[in-house]
Amino acid sequence: MTNLKNSSARRIVPLIAAVVSATCLTGADWLQFRGNDVSGVSALSEIPTTWSDSVNVSWKVDLPGRGASGAIVIGDQVVVTASSGFRQDRLHVLSFDRASGKRNWERQFWATGRTMTHPKMSVATPTPASDGKRIFAFYSSNDVVCLDLDGNLQWLRGLTHDFPNASNSLGMSSSPIVIGDTLIVQVENDAESFATGLDTSNGKARWKKVRPKKANWTSPTLWQNSDSDAVALLQSSAGIEAVNPGTGETLWKFGDGASTIPSSVVTVDSLLIPSNGLTALRLGEPLDDEKGSPEVLWNDRKLGPGTSSPIVVDGKVFVVNRAGVLQAADVNTGSLLWRLRLKGPFSATPVAAGKHLIFFNEKGDAQVVDISGAEGEIVGENTVGETILSTPAIADNEMFVRSDGHLWKIAE
Amino acid sequence: MSGFQRGLAALIMTAVAANASAADLSSQLKAVRDVSREGQGNEAAAAAVRSLSAASANDLTQILAGFEGASPLAANYLRNVVESVADRHLAAKKPLPTKQLEAFVLDRSNDPRARRLAFEVLAKVDSSASDRLIPKMLLDPSPEFRRDAVQRLVAEAESLGEDSADKAKQIYRKALSGATDSDLVKKISKSLKELGDEVDLVSHFGFLTDWRIVGPFDNREFIGFDIAYAPEKELDFAAKLKAKDGEVAWGEITTSDEFGIVDVAKSVAPHKGAVMYLATSYEAAANRNVEFRFGTPNAWKLWVNGEFLFGRDEYHRGMAIDQYRVPAKLKAGKNVILLKLCQNEQTDDWAQRYQIQIRVCDPSGVAVLPVKSKSQTTSDARPQKRQPQRLTAQLEGASE
Repeated sequence: MTNLKNSSARRIVPLIAAVVSATCLTGADWLQFRGNDVSGVSALSEIPTTWSDSVNVSWKVDLPGRGASGAIVIGDQVVVTASSGFRQDRLHVLSFDRASGKRNWERQFWATGRTMTHPKMSVATPTPASDGKRIFAFYSSNDVVCLDLDGNLQWLRGLTHDFPNASNSLGMSSSPIVIGDTLIVQVENDAESFATGLDTSNGKARWKKVRPKKANWTSPTLWQNSDSDAVALLQSSAGIEAVNPGTGETLWKFGDGASTIPSSVVTVDSLLIPSNGLTALRLGEPLDDEKGSPEVLWNDRKLGPGTSSPIVVDGKVFVVNRAGVLQAADVNTGSLLWRLRLKGPFSATPVAAGKHLIFFNEKGDAQVVDISGAEGEIVGENTVGETILSTPAIADNEMFVRSDGHLWKIAE
Repeated sequence: MSGFQRGLAALIMTAVAANASAADLSSQLKAVRDVSREGQGNEAAAAAVRSLSAASANDLTQILAGFEGASPLAANYLRNVVESVADRHLAAKKPLPTKQLEAFVLDRSNDPRARRLAFEVLAKVDSSASDRLIPKMLLDPSPEFRRDAVQRLVAEAESLGEDSADKAKQIYRKALSGATDSDLVKKISKSLKELGDEVDLVSHFGFLTDWRIVGPFDNREFIGFDIAYAPEKELDFAAKLKAKDGEVAWGEITTSDEFGIVDVAKSVAPHKGAVMYLATSYEAAANRNVEFRFGTPNAWKLWVNGEFLFGRDEYHRGMAIDQYRVPAKLKAGKNVILLKLCQNEQTDDWAQRYQIQIRVCDPSGVAVLPVKSKSQTTSDARPQKRQPQRLTAQLEGASE
């Protein structure tokens, strides 16, 4: 482990949400992949550590077709996407009543882009996003559908329809995020790669940038502190490109490469990138004059994540490696704090509720880890008995997780 | 005003209102259908969707008729309108125009997407619709209807006992006549084989199996995809061409693979960092629209009669039947098809395939075979060795 920079004065707080959105702290909604602030953390929520068919499962509902996308929570509704049909070319958006699980509405669309994916993936792999008023559903076919909260179509785009070589025969998984009134979408592949910022009101591109021609399954993230505007962080095999979300202007680049599967995570003043293991950049301070990019704080090759993205809670970064070992490290220094072997394999990114991290492995087994002590401790092991590839959503004290065929609400 | 006059006036008012409403509906449908690339027309389409979603159930078939010629984007807007109108009436327990919907479904001149959507709406209120309508859909222009019909027949054949092998065979054969989805075709073919019947999958799918081939040209560091080598400029099968490792001449490659896979690595050589060109001819009965459907893990470009249709610069991300769909126009008589197939330099075990599977079909996936029988076509399409003929002067300057 190389500690390139250790600033004890650096203020690491558990939630960048404190400066982005008050709703993140109260945990009322979970509006996109890894939540409103893209942290994966719902600090004030408490989720049951154990559940079964008859205990702490509020409801379980059927879903059509397939889907590896996560659920999102908007007020009193839970929204998921799915894809069905022999070619997975029927796209679904479904809304359920959060309290009862009753289906509010369902809308379907025909894919306008290619729908071939790896058998493990599905066309409904990207998690939808919301700005609290609208739902933005995105699919591996690169169709983007915007609905209001009653399921009325606001606009749609067919990004492969418009740019016919933009697709990946293994499938696309990048989940869009909303920053202000822009939907940030990464459509990155070997043939025609781009990222675009779509006007949330009409779907037209505020900007479109050529991106590295290499398949990329990572999702954009955002960073903002009390002194700065929000920045969209686009990851690829080349590294990180920070852009103004409203204009697409490139603010800086980190060019030392990055993973194309697990995505980066931010703290209030740093960015943790799955790059050469794990690399921490200092954010919010002048750029390195020579490189034109943020200063590298530390790098550790042993902290490289597998498929799941890292997560930061209370000054610690948690990473699950390819062998299914959970590693906790100091977010300031990268120093390893402890290790804990979990039962993998994992595709879903873990989420945090209070002092617990929740890990769903691909077999549908959930492991609840207490991270408040000197060592991590598994305090709950549960199963839903079905393949889980999606990242759960947490809102207040409720967790929502989906398989291909079902959506569960887990709460006391 | 007499009662008769009042009645007439009311009738005229109703007719005027209906005409105004019809005109309004028509203009809103146009606003939706005008939506185009990169979000152009999105605002107008969204406004029209809001208005159309308040339509009466009796307007459903007119809205469904609006699918005719609609782009994929517009069709999705219209789909949302139909779902909204139907859901609103269902939630209010108001009737849907089932007779009109069924008539729309049965009229095969209507847009296949709209017919399928009409059926799905109908099936929500008529539980017998599927049993009544689907068995007649075996050769329907809608792939979804056809799939449903095929699946019913497969289930019927599977339910028969061993003592009904002949009947099962008959039902499987019938199912095969409508099957285009590869999973069902494979399943039926396997069952027929177990019953002693062979299926010619090459003809069933319309795979192109006989080609001329030349190369390798240089594709090290991916340079070849964008370079227009000699076959893109002039298709002269007698010419000696300067290639990656010296002069090369056109040869032949024919596949006997039951799924029409033309395997360059196995049949020619496992070239790396290479471009190979494949060419064949196809005799069409008449001018018509078709689709070229591909599966390949390699980068490729396609020309038909000298016109560049599409290219894709992706390597080793998977291969499947109908992975790519390229619409094309064939002319009556001989058509010349030229393929550029590129291999990269990856050394991983999983990155060694150098192959392509290509077929000609209609937009619903049904094979469109050349006019001559397979054996005649094969000998005709297969270019003759050492015959110094130029099949197409049109390919002159056909680079992208």
